[in-house]
Parts: sequence; C-alpha cells; structure tokens
Amino acid sequence: MTLALSIEGVTKRFGTLVANDRIDLALHRGEILALLGENGAGKTTLMNVLFGHYVADEGSIRVAGPDGALASLPPGSPHAALGAGIGMVHQHFALAESLTVLQNVVLGTRPLSAPHLGLRAARAKLERLMGESGLHVRLNARIANLSVGEKQRVEILKVLYRDARILILDEPTAVLTPQEADGLFATLRRLAASGLAVIFISHKLGEVLAVADRVAVLRGGRKVSDQPIAGVDRRMLATLMVGREIGVSRRTLREPGPPLLVLDQVSMRLPSGRAGLDGVSLTVRGGEIVGIAGVSGNGQAALAALIAGMAEASAGSVTLAGKPLRASPRAAIEAGIARIPEDRHAEGIVGPLSVAENLALESLDSPEVQRLGFLRFDRLRERASQAIAAYDIRCPGPEAPIRLLSGGNIQKVILARVLERDPRLILANQPTRGLDVGAAAEVHRRLLEARMNNVGIVLISEDLDELLALCDRIAVMVKGRLTAPEPVETLTLERLGLLMAGHREEEAA
Amino acid sequence: MIRFEPRGHIPPILRLFAPIAAMAAALLLSALPLAAAGAPILRAFWLMAAGAAGSVFAIAETLTRATPLIFTGLAAAIAFRARLFNIGLEGQLYAGALAAVVVGSGLIDGPPALLVPLILAAAALAGALLMLGPALLKMRLGVDEVVTTLLLNFVVLLFVQMMLEGALKDPMGGGWPQSEPILDAGMLPPLVERMRLHAGFLLALLSSLLTHVLMAQTVLGLKIRAVGENPAAARFAGIGVTRVTIVVALISGGLAGLAGASEVAGLKGYLTADLSRGFGYAGIVVAMVAGLQPLAVVPAAIFIAGVFVGADTMSRTIGVSNYIADLIVALALLCVLVGGLFMRFRIRWS
Repeated sequence: MTLALSIEGVTKRFGTLVANDRIDLALHRGEILALLGENGAGKTTLMNVLFGHYVADEGSIRVAGPDGALASLPPGSPHAALGAGIGMVHQHFALAESLTVLQNVVLGTRPLSAPHLGLRAARAKLERLMGESGLHVRLNARIANLSVGEKQRVEILKVLYRDARILILDEPTAVLTPQEADGLFATLRRLAASGLAVIFISHKLGEVLAVADRVAVLRGGRKVSDQPIAGVDRRMLATLMVGREIGVSRRTLREPGPPLLVLDQVSMRLPSGRAGLDGVSLTVRGGEIVGIAGVSGNGQAALAALIAGMAEASAGSVTLAGKPLRASPRAAIEAGIARIPEDRHAEGIVGPLSVAENLALESLDSPEVQRLGFLRFDRLRERASQAIAAYDIRCPGPEAPIRLLSGGNIQKVILARVLERDPRLILANQPTRGLDVGAAAEVHRRLLEARMNNVGIVLISEDLDELLALCDRIAVMVKGRLTAPEPVETLTLERLGLLMAGHREEEAA
Repeated sequence: MIRFEPRGHIPPILRLFAPIAAMAAALLLSALPLAAAGAPILRAFWLMAAGAAGSVFAIAETLTRATPLIFTGLAAAIAFRARLFNIGLEGQLYAGALAAVVVGSGLIDGPPALLVPLILAAAALAGALLMLGPALLKMRLGVDEVVTTLLLNFVVLLFVQMMLEGALKDPMGGGWPQSEPILDAGMLPPLVERMRLHAGFLLALLSSLLTHVLMAQTVLGLKIRAVGENPAAARFAGIGVTRVTIVVALISGGLAGLAGASEVAGLKGYLTADLSRGFGYAGIVVAMVAGLQPLAVVPAAIFIAGVFVGADTMSRTIGVSNYIADLIVALALLCVLVGGLFMRFRIRWS
C-alpha cells in the first residue's frame, strides 16, 4: 500500500490544554481510516491542523502528490491543503442554499478573473464522477430543495471535483437516518476501492466497525490505539475510547402506573412549513418509557414543541394527570415536565452564562435562588457544586461560562437542571445525539432511574438501537401521524423500519 | 498572510486594555484630519488635553458634559445587553426634557421639596413611554426597533420645536423658541461654586451603580442577560422574553429621559431645541466603549466628554472646527469595534 498522508508528532496546545499530544498517523491509498474518540479527545483539532486552520506547535505533515512522492505540507494554509488534494466534509454543510448543485460545486474553483464559469466542462466532469462514485444528485436542483442526505452527497462531490486524493468526513452520519448512513458507507467503500484515502471521524462504534479498514483511537489528545478493524470489537473500542469499562444500563420489567400524559386527537400546524401533527393520540403512563421513532422531519419536532409548551395545538386536548396542559414553557415546567431539548446549544443553554446560572434558569422565581428579587449567589454556587458532583459534570467550576463545556457535559447540566425539580414526566428529544459513549450511557442510566421512580418518559430518538434498548413501547411518526405504540418485546428493527418506511412508499407512489 | 484564530479565553487584562488602546488609537488617527486642517498637531493635542482636564474649571466642565452621556450610555448599555437596539436615545432625552419643563415650570402646585423628584419621575416616565411603542411593535409584530426608534428621534424633535413655537413658548422669551423656565425649587443644585457642574452628575453616578446592581445581582438582571444572549433558550426555560424585553425598554427609555431632565434642570433651566449636542447618539459610543458594562460607562462617558470639551477649547484657540470632536468620537467607535475583534481573536502572521 502506498502512503497518502503522514502526520508526524503533531502537538497542539491551547494555553495549558494539550489538545494534540505527539500524534503520529499514517493513511494509505484506498484505505478507510476511522478516527474514533470522545468529544474533546482532539479529533477536530487534529483535522484543523491538517487542514491549515491551526498551526501545530510541533510536528509536521507530509502528503503524497499525484506521483506518490511525499512532500511536506506548509503549516497554516488551507489553500495549500486544498492544493495537496485534501478535501473535508464538515458536519455543518457549507452550501449556498439559493444556488444549484452545479453552481455550488463550481463555486470557488475558478479565479475571479475567469471570463465564464466553465459550467459545461464542470457538468461533464461531475456526471463522470457521479457515475464512478454512485453519488447521484440532480445537478440543476437548488440546494434548498435537497434533503440532508443529498446535501451531504453534494459536499462529497465538491471534494471529488477538486481532484482530492484524501477525503475527510467529520461525523458524517450525525445528520443521516440509518438508511442514508448505509448508503454513505457503500459509497465510501466504492471510493476507497478506486484509490481514494478516507478519514472517517466518528464516535459511534457500530459505524466504525461497519465501514473502516483501520481504526485509530484518540483519548485526551493522545493516540491510544491504531490497529486493523479485523482484530477489534465494540467493547474493546469503547474501553479504549473512554479509558474505562462502560456499564450498560438494562431495563427491568415493571408494571406501569396510571395514565399521566394523554394526547387526544391533537392536530397542530407549524408556521415554518415543517410537518405538524395530524390527529395524534398518545397515552404515557408513570413508570414507562414511550419511544417515538421516525425518519427525521415527520412531525417529531412538533410533538416535542407541544409537550414542552413551546407550541399550541390547533385541535384536540393535552392533559397531564387529568388536568389540561396550558401551552407555555412556564406552565409545562410548573406542571412537572422535565424537558430535554433537541438542540442543546440553541434551546438548552445560554452560552456566556455560568454553569450555576444555567442550572438555575428554570427556577429563577423560586425562593431557592432569590430573595426579594436579588440572586442568592451562595445558594446558586451550592446547588451547582452538588449538581457537578452528582452528575459528574466536568467543568472548571460553578462560575465557568457553560460554553466552555463539552457537549456531553452540557447535556449533564441540562439533565441536572430538569431532574432536580422531581418531574412527573420527562420529554427527552434526541437526548444522546452527538454525545460520546460515556455521556450517552449516563443519560440512559438517568432515564431508567427516573422510570423506576414512576416518572413517565417520552423518548424521541432517531437512534433505533437506543429506542429498542430503553423503551417499553414504541410508536412511529409518519407525516404528522403517530402509529399506535407497540410493546418493545414484539418489535424488531425490521418491523420498525417497515413502519417508518410506510410513508416512503406513499411518496414514491 | 494574516490569520485570525479565535481565543478560547479572554484574559481580564486584555478586556481592560482593549478599550484604552482603542481610545489611544482613535486619538492618534485624529492627527490625520488635524494635519489636513493645517493645525500644529502636538499643540492641538496639548490644547485638547488642557481644555479637558487642565484646570479645576476644565475638569468640572468635562464632568458636566459627561453627565448626560452617562445616562444615555447606561440606557444604551442595558438595552443592548438585552439585544434591544435602542437608537432613539436622542428622542427619549428630548421627551424627558419636555416632561421636565412641563412639570417644573409651574404646572403642578405642590410642596417645593417634591418638585425635583416629580420632575425626574415625569422625565423618566416620558422617555420610558416613548420606548414602549417600539418595544411592543418588536415583540408583537417583529418590527425592527432600530428603524422605529431612530425615526422617532425626528418625530420627537419636530414635536418639541412645535411646542416651543406654540403651546410651551415662553411669553417672556423675547420671541425666541424656548420654554418657560423651571421654577427655582425644581432646579438641580450646583455642586461647586461658580461652576456649571450640578447634582445631575451625582444622580448619574447613582444610576450607574444601580444599573450595575440590577444587571449583576438581581433575578431580572440574569433574565435580561439570558434573553440577550440566547432568547430561544430563555424562552424554553420559561423566562417571559416579551415581558423582560419590555421592562428593559422602559428602563432604557427612562434613563435617556433622565438625561433630558438633568440637562434642562441642571443647566439652563428652560428647554430649547438645541438642548442636546447629540448626547443620544454619543451615548451609543459610550456604551460600546464601556463594553456594555454599567460601571465602565462612567469613565467612558468622561473620556468622550473630555474629547468634546477639549476640542471646543482647541478650536477656539487655533481655529480648527470643533467638528473634530465628532470625528474623534466616530473614530473611537470604529477603534472599539476593531479592538473587540483583536480581543476575541488572536492574530497570527505567517
């Protein structure tokens, strides 16, 4: 195998934090290398160094040219990285929504002084690339009209169009449904077979095992393992990644309590034109976890907004323990609903405020944290210290701005904030999305613990494994409608897939 | 090639140093237009410094000028913290001044001891009410408050002129468009003999302290910060975003209204249409220089006031137009914005 890329002894420090500690990494042509690690392990930093966004404090990077000869890459120059054939697909797409696929691909490849865009040649080249890679997109479609999976294909095509020899994908499946992820894996294998070198950044063990040839594990800025995929298993990778054994929480059988949250023929429209709800009925009892599965964008957001008090039903009734639920976030909190928002950065926290202040955000009017309108800082600190200890929140301290925390620790702050109020119902919307194994296991443990305390739980998730592991019953959302929940004992992945796909067949027809 | 790397952590010393460096840069840059006007640069700067702080009189004059800037600076700072862009400070200042002369010139018969508090309350109320409309329009209908508050400035100023030519015109004013004077009992007493510095300055300092306590120590302050930094998360956490925004609008407008009362009841005693020398607009610069920190508004306002007062002295002595002060203030705003960039990003040369 010929070497495509060689990272040698790269060290990157931010103040006292060593984000990358003498990392060596080799990548060969035709190989898919998975870069595995928890949030904050140094994956993104390393890729930013490779791509020239950061300058490494020590170490060097060499890249193979078209002839296979290794040449060192000038540090700190994204332009040089692009020129050396390195292409990256970021988690958050960089596409101009109002332009077509073709225009997006060509964007930035032609000098400003060029007389025309060369669209005809570009189209021919793209059609050839699409044929070879199996990445099919309508070239004349506007980006705004594409699905997330299609947008990702455009991003990969952009990289291929620039004749990249090294393709880096940063958490590419975070935005995909399981079906779309499988399609992506097939594409990556085909691209690798044609000689492309691929770096696949992930923290999901299953997909690493499914797609990679080799896996390198980063932990705390260091490379702790680098071996062929053949010799590893899930458990081993998890241990390497986290540095300790992960306990898996198991659901124990128990008899659920009386009905708690009852939705009766609820309909609702969202102003943004996203899917709303269409005659949804659902009963959640105390001490059970009801899962909501479905392909993203089928009304899960509307259902979550409704239960969280962020949106109002246009028809039907919503009651909690027999009392009608008023549509306001305040009312939902006071009724005893613990809400874990889908996008924790957008809705869960206020970045510049401290950990202590964020923890108190839902209880600001209670005498616990204020007296005559003045904040009781001693109480705020004390509560925060307790939460930090109880939920193992890794942070510089209660006064630290919460934006400095990793995603997993931010989620723990949100958990602490909502669970300490002794809720009757928990609404968990994608509670483990983007979290590493350790943090996700902690979230699962907390949810199961709440279930044992007779709390009713609505778990909305796109991770079917998660739903099957935690839920007592699972219902599927399709185009704003909810199927009747089925007991998890009689459900299989295939059956769930069938229920979810029901709407796809309709669409195709 | 220059590259900007975001800083993870901003050292406190940099936070303090950045605005000071920005001010120094603004002064240095103003040497260019000074030279273009043919002024001897060093002498011009010397005259400015002497004019702003060269004597007890000069210092008193600078603090007098700083007084309305502290009020409007606080008004801008608290509003901007809640991401409510109140550009209508000038109008709210005039509304406050108008209310002050209406109440203070004998409309109400009451114990003289109550007249000053009444004038202040009326002015704050007038400024606050003027801000209520734009705030409601923003929260209910999504109307951009920058546009509404800015345009209201002109509406209010024209209204004031109309009143000064009509209903409120002083019959003893010799035909000038000016209001009847505020009664003696309603005037803010001077702080130093034979100087213009008046009790309004102490009131401004008190306002700065109270605004700081409000923002840093109270639940409302925390809610304001939450709403300003992430309104979606604030709403999700059950904070009444509309209510908080409207309260902030009222406080901001009220502070600007107090600037008007302090000017009219602290200096001339009667209202004219040239009461404010752009204090409403300069207040925005003051707030930005202060990094939207209520306590820092005081030194920022004193600095900007010093530039105005010093430029007046300089222009009288060497004949350069005192518009140079506006130029320096504008440069100060630009330098602060650039300074903020340097504060948030590390510059790398490669």
